[in-house]
Amino acid sequence: MLSTQKISLAKVAAKAFITPLTIRTFASSAARNVSINLHEKSFESYNCEAPALDVEISKEELVRMYKSMVTMRRMEMASDGLYKAKLIRGFCHLCTGQEAVAVGMETALTAEDKIITAYRCHGFTYMRGGSITSILAELLGRKAGISGGKGGSMHMFTPNFFGGNGIVGAQVPLGAGIAFAQKYQGHKAATFSLYGDGASNQGQVFEAYNMAKLWELPAVFVCENNRYGMGTAANRSSANTSYFKRGDYIPGLKVNGMDVLAVHQAVAYAKEWTVSGKGPLLLEMETYRYGGHSMSDPGTTYRTREEIQHMRSNNDPITGLKQRLLEFNIITEDEMKAIDKAARVEVDQAVEEAKASGEPDISEFWTQIYQKGTGVPYVRGREPEEFHRY
Amino acid sequence: MSSILKKAAVVSIPNVRQALLRSNPVLASSLLAKRAYNSKNGVEMTVRDALNSALEEEMTADEKIYLLGEEVGQYNGAYKVSKGLLDKFGPKRVIDTPITESGFCGLAVGSAFAGLKPVCEFMTWNFAMQAIDQIVNSAAKTHYMSGGNVNCPITFRGPNGAAAGVAAQHSQCFAAWYGSVPGLKVVSPWNSEDAKGLLKAAIRDPNPVVVLENELMYGVSFPMSEAALSKDFVVEIGKAKIEKAGTDITIVAHSRSVGFALEAAMLLEKEGICSAEVINLRSIRPLDTETIINSVKKTNRLVTVEGGWPQYGVGSEICAQIMESEAFDHLDAPVVRVTGADVPTPYAQNLEAYAFPDTEVIARVIKRTMNKKIGA
Repeated sequence: MLSTQKISLAKVAAKAFITPLTIRTFASSAARNVSINLHEKSFESYNCEAPALDVEISKEELVRMYKSMVTMRRMEMASDGLYKAKLIRGFCHLCTGQEAVAVGMETALTAEDKIITAYRCHGFTYMRGGSITSILAELLGRKAGISGGKGGSMHMFTPNFFGGNGIVGAQVPLGAGIAFAQKYQGHKAATFSLYGDGASNQGQVFEAYNMAKLWELPAVFVCENNRYGMGTAANRSSANTSYFKRGDYIPGLKVNGMDVLAVHQAVAYAKEWTVSGKGPLLLEMETYRYGGHSMSDPGTTYRTREEIQHMRSNNDPITGLKQRLLEFNIITEDEMKAIDKAARVEVDQAVEEAKASGEPDISEFWTQIYQKGTGVPYVRGREPEEFHRY
Repeated sequence: MSSILKKAAVVSIPNVRQALLRSNPVLASSLLAKRAYNSKNGVEMTVRDALNSALEEEMTADEKIYLLGEEVGQYNGAYKVSKGLLDKFGPKRVIDTPITESGFCGLAVGSAFAGLKPVCEFMTWNFAMQAIDQIVNSAAKTHYMSGGNVNCPITFRGPNGAAAGVAAQHSQCFAAWYGSVPGLKVVSPWNSEDAKGLLKAAIRDPNPVVVLENELMYGVSFPMSEAALSKDFVVEIGKAKIEKAGTDITIVAHSRSVGFALEAAMLLEKEGICSAEVINLRSIRPLDTETIINSVKKTNRLVTVEGGWPQYGVGSEICAQIMESEAFDHLDAPVVRVTGADVPTPYAQNLEAYAFPDTEVIARVIKRTMNKKIGA
């Protein structure tokens, strides 16, 4: 497993035989961009060139990334608490530990690009424009929820984010279809379809690969490999765990998914690849979830606490970015603490707003089965006297 | 009698008419005058050509509509329904897919989420079982689960039910399965007007619609009214059609069974047994229970006919709805279902004939029902 090593100026210089002066940073307040060198093991490629290891990025962007990850983690932690308080029912799959993937992706894409994923979707919903209140309210099954309280944890959507899908693997052909629509309509954009190591062996995933390659769709398939498909370790589910190579005729790239800048770099590369007409690409994000598969799974029966602790201590995406921000003097410790505090306040407030929202009106039970005004004349309820006429 | 509805070359008059004219020309003409065909100019079209025109007209009118499926393009369609479309619209809009139903159905649904209007063809609905998760869990349910945020204006189509001699894996009727799913609309055309009008309506409908065609009907010719020949002809989804008015008993059927029901009705009228009203459902979901109820209030007897299996089928649903409605008090006899037999379809012709209802079976059941009286 790759580890995001603490990048100190001295170490980088020692490895790369370059002097600190060649690492352009923050010479004056006028310099907005930073050039950061990624660890040499950030990428591994298959039938393509790996992206450059030096990332050019603005200070503002870095701070935004930090803020996003911190807020996302707070949001997931709040969900954890709400679930344990029995205010969230049913399924709840948290992305704690995997924040770098959603954040790194978003910063490399535009609103024109589309994303679709499976059920570990709260973080993506947030990055794609969903408010924290609407996400938490959806989990609570309230009318302020992003799906009106009718979908729950696994069914959250925004105009450029197609969920939130409950059936493992089904989102991959859907994503190929979204890419198909982009190409059909002449949009210069890409669709990123995410799935896990567990879903990677689904037949429909390979059917999607085939059509994407055959028809040269602007589709990027992203395997979020967090090493476990529910309770089954990757090497117990997959005859070939090199997920970035599973595309066969589709080139692939393995990425350190715990490093938000590596994710950012890889996604920018992938977008450019597909939009420039090279067809689909596969990305494998090596990532890790601290929590169990869902809130019903403690996550400790199939892996050791030591492993979890090791990842938290050495590979945490937020800590990794924090170290970079401090190293390069992007912001101070106090400013960072202020961001942390603001995130906590924001999420706490969103929790209160979500809780304050009522349950959906019973009238919503009957709506949106079909598009408004185009449905059936009436819908039957639980017994003949219970029905709704439109 | 059932030989009359074999696949036919284009004939100058429909087969049913032919049979009647052969048997009793005078009675036939008077009966036919009451029928609902409004063919003024005598134009006839096969069901296949009607579907082809529907596709062609809709694709001409709206760039967002595209067709995908196995052999729809270069092969001109496994059953030639999409003949000429690749030539006319090109490979961007008529797409030959690999044999991967789960994948290409999912792709079609995803493209509908993203703003296109796909027509997803399954070579037969049997193969769509590989894709049923995408039809039900992705297409049908997403508008509701997303609180109305995601739309899915997709049309799924293909031949459904029995063909001839294709045995168990290729002969299943899926009307009941899809008909039970909220979020879908399901239509089942019988004749050419149905086929054209319902397919056009399905394509224009912003919801996911399942179109259950019938392979044995593709080659059958029917008169097309002037209205039906128009580019804007649609048949309203959710409205059944009374193909033949009657007074003594109501027969409700869909798809190919409508033809058999009409033949049985004609036969019994000729024999002086009863005057049967034949309702062509046209839509499975929503089911036009109002038309059925009104008819039962008039005739007091009901027989349903379908090609699908008996348990949990279309007829079962109609029975249940009639029981729960005011029509129950108007029944003089229990409702009877005529269905496919509860067996996997056998191959041998004599056994296969035993698996699906035809005119004779329907006529027998009608006679029996006419003789029944509640409490008597």
